[in-house]
Amino acid sequence: MARIVVDPLTRIEGHLRIEAQVDGGAISDAWSSGTMFRGLELVVRNRDPREAWYWLQRICSVCTMVHALASVRAVEDALEIEVPDNARLVRNLIAGAQLVQDHVVHFYHLQALDWVDVANALKADPVKTAQIAGSLSEWPKSGASYFRAVQGRVRTLVESGQLSLFTNGYWGHPAYRLPPEVNLLAVSHYLDALEFQRDYIRIHAVLGGKNPHPQTFLVGGMATAMDPDSPQAPINPERLTLIRTLIAMGQQFVHQVYVPDVLAVAGFYPDWFTRGEGVGNFLTYGGYPEKSMRDPSSFFFPGGVVRKRDLSALQPFSPEKVTEYVARSWYEYGDHKPAKHPFEGETKPTYTGPAPPYDYLHVDQKYSWLKAPRYEDGVMELGPLARFAIAYAAGKQPAKGLIDSVLAQIKQPATVLFSTLGRIAARALEAQLVADKMTGWLDELEDNMGRRALAMHNGARWEPDSWPSSCRGFGQHEAPRGSLGHWVEIENGAIRNYQVIAPSTWNAGPRDAMGQHGPYEAALIGHPVADPDRPLELLRTIHSFDPCLACAVQLVDARGRRWQSVEAK
Amino acid sequence: MAATLGLPLSAAAQVAATLEKKRRPVVVWLEFQDCAGNTESMLRSSHPSIAELVLSIVSLEYQETIMAAAGKQAESALDRVVREDSGKYLAIVEGSIPTGEPGYCTIGGRSAMDIAKRVCGSAAATIAVGSCAFDGGPQRSAPNPTGAISVGEAMPNLTLVNMGGCPHNPANTAALLVYYLTYGRLPALDAHRRPLFAYGHIIHDQCERRANYDAGRFVERWDDDGARRGYCLYKMGCKGPQATFNCPVVRWNDGTSWPVESGHGCAACASHRFWDTALPLYQRLPGVPGFGVDVTAGKIGGWMTAGVATALGLHGIASAARSQMRPRGEAPRGGPTEIGRPGGLVEREGPPEKS
Repeated sequence: MARIVVDPLTRIEGHLRIEAQVDGGAISDAWSSGTMFRGLELVVRNRDPREAWYWLQRICSVCTMVHALASVRAVEDALEIEVPDNARLVRNLIAGAQLVQDHVVHFYHLQALDWVDVANALKADPVKTAQIAGSLSEWPKSGASYFRAVQGRVRTLVESGQLSLFTNGYWGHPAYRLPPEVNLLAVSHYLDALEFQRDYIRIHAVLGGKNPHPQTFLVGGMATAMDPDSPQAPINPERLTLIRTLIAMGQQFVHQVYVPDVLAVAGFYPDWFTRGEGVGNFLTYGGYPEKSMRDPSSFFFPGGVVRKRDLSALQPFSPEKVTEYVARSWYEYGDHKPAKHPFEGETKPTYTGPAPPYDYLHVDQKYSWLKAPRYEDGVMELGPLARFAIAYAAGKQPAKGLIDSVLAQIKQPATVLFSTLGRIAARALEAQLVADKMTGWLDELEDNMGRRALAMHNGARWEPDSWPSSCRGFGQHEAPRGSLGHWVEIENGAIRNYQVIAPSTWNAGPRDAMGQHGPYEAALIGHPVADPDRPLELLRTIHSFDPCLACAVQLVDARGRRWQSVEAK
Repeated sequence: MAATLGLPLSAAAQVAATLEKKRRPVVVWLEFQDCAGNTESMLRSSHPSIAELVLSIVSLEYQETIMAAAGKQAESALDRVVREDSGKYLAIVEGSIPTGEPGYCTIGGRSAMDIAKRVCGSAAATIAVGSCAFDGGPQRSAPNPTGAISVGEAMPNLTLVNMGGCPHNPANTAALLVYYLTYGRLPALDAHRRPLFAYGHIIHDQCERRANYDAGRFVERWDDDGARRGYCLYKMGCKGPQATFNCPVVRWNDGTSWPVESGHGCAACASHRFWDTALPLYQRLPGVPGFGVDVTAGKIGGWMTAGVATALGLHGIASAARSQMRPRGEAPRGGPTEIGRPGGLVEREGPPEKS
C-alpha cells in the first residue's frame, strides 16, 4: 500500500496534482487538486462589459478565444443584441479552427507520449514504417527516406545525451506496447503536427489578428469588416482564399494523419477501451449555431444530459439544476451552505492546505482550488465524448453516422466509447467533423460577400447610454474540453457581477459534501500501476480528459450577490 | 578523459572546450500564475521552428506544458539543471508570482516564489515572457486578489530581459535566444529591460494605416465604410500612438496579420502595466498621440544598455546556435561577425521621430 503523487502533472494546461492510493498494484482511491488561483473575475468587476472579453480571454490560452466568445455572448444576451450572420460565421470559423488545432495538439504533444516510446523508434526499420504508413493513409510525407531522416534526428538527439523535452520520460516502461516501426511513425507525426498546428492556426491571424489571444471580438459582432473590392478590408477575396487553403490543410491532416493514427495506436491497446470509464453521466450545453444563439435547434452540437451511459434516455439541459460544492475546496460560503446555484455563488479564497514545501495534501479535508460542480447533485463528465453521447442519443447527423461507421470499422459496440481510449477517439472524430464543417461556414461567408451582404457588427446598442440600467445574461460555447458558461450582471454601464464555469471544473473538481468523487478521481479507481515510481497508466487516463486547470479554477463570482434564475437557452 | 589517454594538459583543455562546445545550451521554462499563452505562442515559432529550436539549438529540459516527464521525474530534471549547470543555463519565466499566500501557486508542493528564487537565482540570465511575468498581468490589477507581482519585482537583482506582450511574439523571443547564444551577451535594452529591436519604436509610426491618420481618415463606428477601407482606428480606442512594439513589422503567425490589419485597435499589450495604464479598451487616447509612457522609456534606454550588454557566463556557445541554423552538412564559415552597437537606437535621446 503506497501513496503516489504526480505533481506537476505535465502535458496539460495549468497546475494539476494527483494523489493516488495504490494497493496490490492497482489504484484504490485518488484525489485531484488544482494548485493555482488568480481570481480574474474579481478583477473585471466595475469595468466596461464591452471589454470583459479581452480580460477573460486571458483565463486560458491553450483554449484561447473560448472565453472571449462566451463573454461577448453573455453581454449580448444581457443587452438583447443579435449579431449579424457574418459575425456568427466568423465566430464559428475562429472557434472551429481553434477546436481542430487544439485537438491535434492535444493528441500529439500532450497525450501521445503516454502511448509512444520515443527511444524505441531507434530500433525501427524505416522501410517497414513506410509500408505501415502507406497502408494507413495517403499522407504524402510517408516515404522510407523521410522516416530514416526522422530516425536520424532522434538518434542525434539521444547520442547528444541531451534529450531536451524528452528528458526523464518513461522510456522502456512495460506498459508501452507499440512496435518500433509504429513508434517511429508516431514520432514523425509528432514533428509534422508541430508544423501543422503553427500553420493551420494562421486562420486566427487572418480573422483575429493573432494567435494566441485573437483580438477582433466585439460585443455586437466582429471587427473584421468585409468588402469584396477593398484591398484593406480585413476580409476580402484574398483573405478568404487563404482561409480556404488553410481549411483544406486541416482536413487533410485530420483525415490522413490524426484519425488514422488514433485508430492505429488504439489497436495495440484494446484493454484501454474498457478502462478509465469514469462516472458515465454526460452533460453538454450546446453550441456552434447554424442560425442563431437564440435557436438551440440550430446548434451543430446539440445540448442535453445522458445518465448512466443510457443513450436511449436523453434529457434537456437546464442551467437551473447546476450547483457547486466547496466542502473539499479552499473556499468558504459565508452562510455555510453546502452547495449553491452559480447565480448565488460566492468565493472567499481560504487556503487551509499544508504550508509549502509539503509532501502530501490533507486529502481528508479541503484539497483543491477547484469547486465541485454538480447537476441535480450528480457528477457529470463534459467534453468531446459527452458531446458525442448527446448527439448520438439525439440522433444528430453527421455525428451519429460517423460514430456508427467507426464502430463498424473496429467491430466494437458503442460501450467501448466510455473509456480512456473512447475519450481519445471521440476527440479525434470531433476534430474530423469540425474540420469538414469549416468549409460550409466559409462557403456561407463567401456567398454573403458575393451578394454584398456585408454586415459584420450590430452597433445599435454599442453606446452604454442605450443600455437598461440593470440587466444580466448568459453566454455559452462548446469549447474543446466541453461546455463553457459565462454569467454577467450589468448595472449602470459597468460589470456588477461575473461568473465563469469551465468544463475542466466539472471534470477535474474534487469530492463534494456527499463524498462523491469527481470524474478524474472516479476514472482512476481500479487502474493497474506496474511501477509506482513511474505511474504511466495514471497519466493516460488523466490526459484522456485533456485537463485545463487555468480555466477550471476561474469559477468565482465577483460579489456573492444573490442571482435570479436565467432561462435556459 | 585526456589523462586516461595520456594527452598533455593543453590538449585536455582543448578536449574540454570541444566537449563543451558540442553541448547545447540548457534552457528551463517555468510557469506560475499563467494561461500558458506564452508557451502556446512559442509553439507557433516559424523562424526557427519550435522543433529546430528545442531539438537542435538548445536543450529545453523543463517545460511543464509539453515535456515528456511528469511528477518526480519532471522535478528531478529541473533539480539536475540547477545543480549541475548552475550559472550556465537560461531560465524563461511565464506568469506572475503571488505574494499573498504561498498556497495560491504551488508546483510539486513548493511555492512559486521558492521555485523562482532557486531556479532564476542560479541562471545565467532570466527571460520573462508575456505580460504576467513582465509586470504582473491582468490578475495584478485591482483588487489584485492574490498579491501577484512580476518576475523583476520578485527578484530585483536578476540578469533579466522582459519580453512583454500578451502574449510575447515568438519571433522576438526566438531572435533574442539566437542573439544571446551567438554573441554571448544580451542585446540593447530599454529602461524596462526590453530589447530595443522589438520594443524600441512606436506602433503608430510603423502602422500601415498611418497614412489614413495623417490624412484625417478614421473609422467612426464599427463596420462602417472606413472600417472596410482600412482607415485609422484611433477614434475606436486604438492605443498604437502610445505603445511601442514591432507588431506592424513582424506581425503574427508567420507574418500573417496583426490586430490592426484584422480590424481592431491595438491594446498596448507590450507596454508596462498596460492593463491599468492603457485600458479602457474602447476609450480614445487623450492628448497628442505619439508621446506616451513608452516614449519616455525609450529615451532613457541608452544608459541601461551599457550596463547589460556585457558578456555572460555561457562559454563556447558562440557558434552553436549559428551552426545549428545552417543547412545540415554545410561546413561552418568564419567566426561571428563583428557587430557595432545595435542599430544606433541606444544613442537616441529623444522620442522616436514622427514620420
